[in-house]
Amino acid sequence: MAKLLMKGNEAIAEAAIRAGCRYFFGYPITPQNQIPEYMSKRMPQVGGTFLQAESEVAAINMVYGAAGAGARVMTSSSGPGISLKQEGITYIVGAELPCVIVNIMRGGPGLGSIQPSQSDYFQATRGGGHGDYNMPVLAPASVAEAAELTAKAFDLADKYRTPVLVLGDGMIGQMMEPVDMPEAFPQTVPEKPWATVGWSDKSARPRAVVNSLYIDPKVLEQHNIRLQEKYVKIAAEQVQVATELTDDAEIVLVAYGTMSRIARSAVRAARAEGIKVGLIRPITLWPFPSDTIRQAAKTAERFLVIEMSAGQMIEDVKLALNGARPVGFYGRMGGMVPSVDEVLSEIRKTARKGE
Amino acid sequence: MAVVFEKTKALTDATLSYCPGCTHGIIHRLVAESIDELGVMEKSIGVAPVGCAVFAYDFFNIDMQQAAHGRAPAVATGIKRVHPNNVVFTYQGDGDLASIGMAEIVHAAARGEKITTIFVNNAIYGMTGGQMAPTTLVGQVTTTSPYGRNPELCGMPVRMAEMLGGLAGAAYVARVSVHNVRAVNEAKRAIKKAFELQIAGKGFTMVEVLSTCPTNWGMNPVEALGWVESNMIPYYPLGVFKDVSKDAVLASKDVSAKEAN
Ligand SMILES: Cc1ncc(C[n+]2csc(CCOP(=O)(O)OP(=O)(O)O)c2C)c(N)n1
Ligand code: SF4
Repeated sequence: MAKLLMKGNEAIAEAAIRAGCRYFFGYPITPQNQIPEYMSKRMPQVGGTFLQAESEVAAINMVYGAAGAGARVMTSSSGPGISLKQEGITYIVGAELPCVIVNIMRGGPGLGSIQPSQSDYFQATRGGGHGDYNMPVLAPASVAEAAELTAKAFDLADKYRTPVLVLGDGMIGQMMEPVDMPEAFPQTVPEKPWATVGWSDKSARPRAVVNSLYIDPKVLEQHNIRLQEKYVKIAAEQVQVATELTDDAEIVLVAYGTMSRIARSAVRAARAEGIKVGLIRPITLWPFPSDTIRQAAKTAERFLVIEMSAGQMIEDVKLALNGARPVGFYGRMGGMVPSVDEVLSEIRKTARKGE
Repeated sequence: MAVVFEKTKALTDATLSYCPGCTHGIIHRLVAESIDELGVMEKSIGVAPVGCAVFAYDFFNIDMQQAAHGRAPAVATGIKRVHPNNVVFTYQGDGDLASIGMAEIVHAAARGEKITTIFVNNAIYGMTGGQMAPTTLVGQVTTTSPYGRNPELCGMPVRMAEMLGGLAGAAYVARVSVHNVRAVNEAKRAIKKAFELQIAGKGFTMVEVLSTCPTNWGMNPVEALGWVESNMIPYYPLGVFKDVSKDAVLASKDVSAKEAN
């Protein structure tokens, strides 16, 4: 395994290739441009296809076509482009196609800014497009983890026939860190008898139809019930979370992505001051690690959620606790990043409330 | 007993969902016959639109994908890039292709995407109940142009074949009609040729087919066929707007003419 020094965006792209992704369709937008740029260079070297689409709308529909044709395929974007992709994403969900979508978040709403943000949490974890659905959302906190989770996203997508979202913030995309990059990530690619590859062996399978239209409401309800059962299964099997110093913690911070690293530094500083504080870092934002939150409430008096947003993940923490503990919040918006000192002072304030 | 007419293998036994007298059915038949005669049924993949032809995935007896409204050319691009040796086509209405999907079709053509598009122009939104399309004729009454299409408000109808034929990536672009037997035969030749040029890897191919919507035009099927001839064809002239196989002949003539000088 070679240790490489890479930008987060490049690590995501390389990991995708080493996880067997051979098709990439995208459109330029900051702060994720290094993903399509890297792909445009690497894909031809591995016999893959990179195509710069005319828009994010087209890119996600190319992903739909390629996924429906049986390929490991990926697209990436940031806020404004991810909004445009929502149409395609809900069709991909409806047709149960596997693919990986990367959102390197920037500040919104509207054109917003190009600085790092976590303001697309609701859009990511509540479905995003029309219809009743969820999809796995993976939130890396380092460049190495971005690579690892991107590779894992392809297996999850294939296993459950669902789009999987890798949700990073602009910092993850831009920062450089060492990554252990295996020659190839382990890949589990199931048979895809539903894929449109040309119906040559008529005895082997029925005609393949990739479709999200179920005109009969009874049939559509059954389709929805099946989708919901799939989400229950994913929620039971795929929660991923990291905890630190939570065993004896009276205050538990909850933060994801690069925010969790700042929160972690603040937790250590607070411990040095004698404050019993720990950290929960959700790695899957959907499914959300609600059990871990509830478990922590056995010792913790208070929770403090730190985000680069107006407070979005806090809703999931509150839902998990169901009123059992008070939940505080500290966040910055618009591309501003909370500092370790800011978070530490919030921890101190929270500790004083407990006295 | 001699068999004089057979069902096309590339169509399923499903009953078509089109209104009586609607020419979508004829166009399905021509596409299916072409696929059949070229012997490519087993490697053909079709993309159904949003519109009256949304159920095309039930009618073509091949692997099919259903696309979001207007996005069929992008979906077909994804499929063709994964399976470059397969035959990939889209089947789209005029609302689907010339309105919401304008960007996708123009860029598929500009890229020279090796797909075939069957573009059914009936000058109206059929499925949603007869609203104005970009192709609705001047003065034509629809449910959203109750006083007739006014070019001051809505501009002039869009001529897609002329527009796409002007793009370098297009290998073959033709406009045909199915309002009488002769026209149907010509339409068949054009559709088959488009598929042939796709198979030869020449680039983007499209056949625009003028089609009827008796239901939303408020006409009986015979009147509707007459309206295609008297009202549509004068604005949407039939013909070939791009044909690289012909251009190649011209180009080689050009070269020999120069060499002769
Ligand atoms: C995004 C989106 N907008 C609108 C619709 C509603 N819609 C369904 S079919 C259609 C128009 C189809 O007209 P056309 O493409 O001309 O095909 P036809 O029905 O005439 O064959 C529209 C607007 C939709 N399904 N999706
Ligand atoms: S509504 Fe018009 S286009 Fe649609 S099937 Fe009926 S006649 Fe044909």
